[in-house]
Amino acid sequence: MTNGWVDIKNTDMMLIMGGNPAENHPCGFKWAVEAKRVRNAKMIVVDPRFTRTAAVADLFAQIRAGSDIACLGGIIRYAIENNRIAKDYLLNYTNASFIVDPKFKLPENDGVFSGFDTEKKSYDRATWNYAGAVAPPPKPGQPPALPPLPEKVEHDPTLQNPNCVYQLLRKHYSTYTPEMVERVTGIPKEQFLKIADLFTSVRKDGDTKKVATIIYAVGWTQHSFGTQIIRTAAMLQLLLGNVGRAGGGVNALRGHSNIQGATDMAGIFDNLPGYLKVPTPADIDFAAWIKRITPTPSKPAQWDSFNYYSNTSKFAVSWLKAMYGDAATKQNGWAFDYLPKVDRNYSWVQLWDNMYNGIIKGVLAFGMNGVAIGPDSQKNIDALKKADWLVVGEIYPDETSEFWKAPGTSQEEMKKIQTTVYRLPCAGFAEKDGTFTNSARWLQWKNAALPMPGDCRLDQAIVAQIFLKVRDLYKKDPGKFPDPILKLTWGYTTPTSPSLAEVLKEINGMTFVDVEDPATKVQLKAGQQLPGFAWLKDDGSTACGNWIYCGAFTEAGNLTARRDPSDPSGLGIHQNWAWSWPANRRVLYNRASCDLDGKPWDASRRQVWWNEAQQKWVGNDVPDFKADSKPADHMGPFIMNPEGVGRIFGPLGAFADGPFPTHYEPIESPVESNLLHPGQLHNPVVKKFKTKDDKFGAPKDYSVICTTYRLTEHYHYWTKNNPMNVQLIPEPFIEVSAEMANEMGIRGGETLKVSSARGSYIAKAMVTKRIKAMQIDGKKVYQIGIPIHQGYRGIAEDEGKNARTLVNLLSPAVFDPNAYTPEFKGFLVKVEKVEKV
Amino acid sequence: MSQATLRVQKISGHAGSVPGEDTQRQYTVAKLIDVTTCIGCKACEVACVEWNDMPFSNTVFDNTYQTMPETRWNYWNLILFNEHEKDDGSLMWLMRKNQCMHCADPGCLEACPSDGAIIQYTNGIVDFQQDKCIGCGYCITGCPFNIPKFNKETKRVYKCTLCTDRVSEGLEPACIKSCPTGCLHFGSKEDMLQLANSRAKQLQEHSNYPNAGVYDPPGVGGTGVIYVLHDITKPEIYGGLPSNPSIPWTVKLWKNPLKWLGNVAMLGGLVGLFVHYLKVGPKAHDEEPDSREGAKP
Repeated sequence: MTNGWVDIKNTDMMLIMGGNPAENHPCGFKWAVEAKRVRNAKMIVVDPRFTRTAAVADLFAQIRAGSDIACLGGIIRYAIENNRIAKDYLLNYTNASFIVDPKFKLPENDGVFSGFDTEKKSYDRATWNYAGAVAPPPKPGQPPALPPLPEKVEHDPTLQNPNCVYQLLRKHYSTYTPEMVERVTGIPKEQFLKIADLFTSVRKDGDTKKVATIIYAVGWTQHSFGTQIIRTAAMLQLLLGNVGRAGGGVNALRGHSNIQGATDMAGIFDNLPGYLKVPTPADIDFAAWIKRITPTPSKPAQWDSFNYYSNTSKFAVSWLKAMYGDAATKQNGWAFDYLPKVDRNYSWVQLWDNMYNGIIKGVLAFGMNGVAIGPDSQKNIDALKKADWLVVGEIYPDETSEFWKAPGTSQEEMKKIQTTVYRLPCAGFAEKDGTFTNSARWLQWKNAALPMPGDCRLDQAIVAQIFLKVRDLYKKDPGKFPDPILKLTWGYTTPTSPSLAEVLKEINGMTFVDVEDPATKVQLKAGQQLPGFAWLKDDGSTACGNWIYCGAFTEAGNLTARRDPSDPSGLGIHQNWAWSWPANRRVLYNRASCDLDGKPWDASRRQVWWNEAQQKWVGNDVPDFKADSKPADHMGPFIMNPEGVGRIFGPLGAFADGPFPTHYEPIESPVESNLLHPGQLHNPVVKKFKTKDDKFGAPKDYSVICTTYRLTEHYHYWTKNNPMNVQLIPEPFIEVSAEMANEMGIRGGETLKVSSARGSYIAKAMVTKRIKAMQIDGKKVYQIGIPIHQGYRGIAEDEGKNARTLVNLLSPAVFDPNAYTPEFKGFLVKVEKVEKV
Repeated sequence: MSQATLRVQKISGHAGSVPGEDTQRQYTVAKLIDVTTCIGCKACEVACVEWNDMPFSNTVFDNTYQTMPETRWNYWNLILFNEHEKDDGSLMWLMRKNQCMHCADPGCLEACPSDGAIIQYTNGIVDFQQDKCIGCGYCITGCPFNIPKFNKETKRVYKCTLCTDRVSEGLEPACIKSCPTGCLHFGSKEDMLQLANSRAKQLQEHSNYPNAGVYDPPGVGGTGVIYVLHDITKPEIYGGLPSNPSIPWTVKLWKNPLKWLGNVAMLGGLVGLFVHYLKVGPKAHDEEPDSREGAKP
């Protein structure tokens, strides 16, 4: 989230799309209800189904799964055509006025941006840049490097230059008319116009006070163009001037209590902690790596840019010092050589493909159920059959640890499976302490509520003991390069089970030397905890396990354990409740909540402001800005971008599939020609795998759109083991529209078999008015929905009360080229009535 | 149930005055359920089961998100899910938390023949005292909301207590505490009515629900559970909420004009019992099944 859960109460307008917070985040959803009750805020819900969120919305529209960019692009067009934009914000806080390389080409009928290589199915992104960029001189033996962003950017404050970002944006979305939106998304034109009008009404007649928020979840991410859907939302919010403001922003609702923490701590293969980019084999040494990942300012000459990532070397050196301590020295490039270099894609779907192809031989599976998660569960089951070993740390026997007896596996086949499975009993969430980082970026410490039962162990104890054993083996038999293992710091009081408080202290970081801040005169002694990331150095005198978490556990103690609910501003900032990254700041980019002079756009929602007497930025929240940068200096509020401004045009390598989002069809779609780009049906850079389990269906065989989702009553694949949850929703089901049921002669409670090109799922029909047949470009299309929660292990499963099939036997193993999230939403199936479960 | 700070104002099947009547003034308590902000999360259902130590219920799929068709002797709080198509063709998915309404004039209490099996406290809570229940089921007939449920094993009737045990200690009922959206409120009837009316007004003025209103039906003297509905003119769309509930005429007849007849019949029954006793002797003592354990409806 750019903002936070509590902050939603400050909004005037909510667009909830690609998410179903009433069902999946009921506690956080209280703030959406609060906004309605206290501020008369309006709520718009767009979803493939009429959900429990839709039940309390002011306006609902049913959308075809996977057509979100068409709808959002239509709203962008509407905002521009009807002058519902924040002109001053757009001009000064975004790159709308920047002039783009004249060689850049928008996708037209061919559906691809400039630089597409049809053979390699990838882009040369050289033209995805501002005008005036110069390519560095080519190095012998290396492919030509991309020109970096130009230091000085030409810009046109009149926004009239046909090559300025604003005009390109306008041109790009000019085809996203209400009629086109209706044909692509199935939302009737009148309904779409109501939505576009209501959402953009916050900027009606030049109003700059009102604020709108956009709230989404995995309904947006789980597409083969998921990142671009979210970008469309971000662009719309920049156009309307809603980012950085209380009650505004682009807000991702995370589906697990700590999924934000997982990504912050390098849960994705191409990130290190704090979103530092991993080294690749081309980074020959520390300096080369830092040069590649440190941006330089790129802005109009008369503007200023903080370019906070110019501090990257401080974050990187401090992280290496936390990893390798004394072994990381200036002479050895801070032990850069110890780091693995990522030579290819190691994302989720790719890992399973690698296992399937015999490249990956073993898996440590903690806190997740890979077989049930899918996609294409059969491929994951088949992949595990080929692995040498599998370790599962869980609190219940799950589908993954019992992949070898998945329904349909014969006794003969079972005998042939050679995978050794180790099942380790782990502690449940209530039996562990530590922090959860929530969607609002708050790190909240929790205590263990219960002792662990039986032989259970803490996750960190298991991981630590595996590490110590591996280290012993390296000590005995060092091999070619033992240092990355032998030199790893492991200074915990109990090495076999590190306390998570100690780990959090290590993540926060400390100084190795006595030091004084020249501005505040605050002094730190050697060995003391750092108060924040501004103290980090790249001379080896500081250590920090994750720069964005620096400030969480200081000399003042564990700030994540704070529980002071006071909120003097009334804006839901709660400055002393837990601790929020970065720097305990609750709303990101909050400089943008003020006009050019540093005065809040809305005096009733004052987050930060420029204090002329003190000559600095002050406020109720921690200013996300250079504290002493005068408004007259025109420093951009988006300090993490080298431009200093929000990117409506995403230049260079920011995205794999285009600087502007554009509509592509899901990999499996009932639409056989992209109405917006007849020459390109799918996202052109999406990769399809080639194993026998990677099959794709055509609309002539599989005509029904299927989407998957979660229910309030269950938590992923877990609560099917808890009788309390099972009594609330006892059985799996398939939601079908009354019209489709009528046509097929299905009644509620009868058994259906849903099949995709990859597998089948069997459950009872829930016939409902909450999903309706859709008209897509004049053709009637049905959508169905299936909750994900059941499988082949659980209370009902073990009692033989359901068909023991997994929803993800249906979903395809294709993924978004930017975030690598699989396409769980919007694939093709066929539906048949069968005799019984 | 704890009666520490509660005073009784009505007693079922009781001849004569209520002890302590009018010796104490107390706020009438009420639950406010704002149906327009209910998201059907079922936290209140779970809280009710857990607070009251109920066994897990067996349920089956029934083409709905609703946990079970109606409340059970051991499942007192149930959200009713209903899909409703408005005249303009748009859909509403209505979720109404259903439980005992704690009527000011409780039909169950009126109908109950057993002295003290159903009591009403001065704060308005209607509570069943299972130790005095004779299992006749008249309360079930007397309830216009189909709430009390009979347990075949214990031969007694059960329903929501409005968490008398919590309320008497100054706490809110478990369902209220668990509600994540704040659609549930608890307080004095007066305060809840004020809150409900202002919310209904807000819905009329700002949310395009011109018929929004508060459900506090006068036919049962008003209720200790009041609803804010999007459309007060159609309570029946919310899972059959009666538009004008009242105590069934059969119950009124039996309690008033025909009571003497009942007394005569009862006397006849007693005479019969006495004769039976003389002839057969006393009944062997049965082990009383634990009402909290295991028994499935």
